[in-house]
Amino acid sequence: MSEESTELDQHGQHEEHSHEHHIVSPFVYLSILLALLVATGLTVWASFIDLGEWYIAPGLTLFWNPVVALAIACTKMTLVILFFMHVKYSSKLTMLTVGAGFFTFMALIGMTLCDYFSRAWGRW
Amino acid sequence: MAETGDTHHGEHPHYQRHHFETVEQQFDATNFAMWLFLLTEIMFFGGLFTAYLILRNWYYPAFVEASHQLNIGWGTANTAVLIISSFTMAMGVWSAEMRKKGLLVLFLVITFILGLAFLGIKSIEYSEKWEKHHVPGLHWNESSFLNPASDPEVHSKYPQDKPLAADMAGKTELYFFLYFAMTGMHALHMIIGICILGYMIYRARAGAYTTGHVTFVENFGLYWHFVDIVWIFLFPLLYLISRY
Repeated sequence: MSEESTELDQHGQHEEHSHEHHIVSPFVYLSILLALLVATGLTVWASFIDLGEWYIAPGLTLFWNPVVALAIACTKMTLVILFFMHVKYSSKLTMLTVGAGFFTFMALIGMTLCDYFSRAWGRW
Repeated sequence: MAETGDTHHGEHPHYQRHHFETVEQQFDATNFAMWLFLLTEIMFFGGLFTAYLILRNWYYPAFVEASHQLNIGWGTANTAVLIISSFTMAMGVWSAEMRKKGLLVLFLVITFILGLAFLGIKSIEYSEKWEKHHVPGLHWNESSFLNPASDPEVHSKYPQDKPLAADMAGKTELYFFLYFAMTGMHALHMIIGICILGYMIYRARAGAYTTGHVTFVENFGLYWHFVDIVWIFLFPLLYLISRY
């Protein structure tokens, strides 16, 4: 058993291949937790303030409150994906998978929304 | 499921399957597969989010007044609970990697309890909806929107809410349909996650996961964090963006 475990330590995932299986430290996790909680407080606080709107054209106005809320949500998501889900420390294959997935997702949502929002321009 | 913990494979840890060259390859393959599964989940929830965005823009006044029925305090509390549970899950993965059995069990149990706390708060919110007849198709009445003054609790918080015309008031049912579909699907994922957590606690107490084979804990962590991310978007979209 001792021989086997020595062998594992030398060629296993913990010692030599630390670049392949990175162990994220609790300090990083704790920092991310605090950042996420602060961002949650921030998004609730911002929702009580009128951030105004941007009048672009007749029937086309951008309200800043939802934009800010979604921007904070995207930031929180990025922190969770990079650190809690270890993508920052993962293989290129994983990064590409996640990136391609989100790109496809954004393309599908973006094209669908563009279609719906431009069909009856300004009528809803 | 043949385990090969015998002497013929002295150079392999017993959890390495025959068809993988190395433990790293096995880990990368399962990790990749887990991410592919999560991408299908993103597409699944993405459909619900897209429907919500389109209908919210079509029936904006109805969606605004309907979302005023949600309690921001409960929503914020649940967001905090879920974020902390993601942290404890990440710490569970760390404990497994560091081969600390006691800590792993502890963090899994905390995650399990926080998951239940989330569902508890959610059930308080759901029962409020039931009492106010805001469950679409089943227990439904739109008088809160035809005449906001008839709902003094919400009306005192949002005195600017005007009575909606009958056709627009009817669209609030659509908001609550999406509210229950999205939070319900999210809650179903939580329930499945909590069941798997229970199984993992049982296995971890027996010493699984803390002998170098962390794949199951790691991949379950990915699932749990994904469910957290879904909530990170549900919270602002359902609770927060309807005041201004």
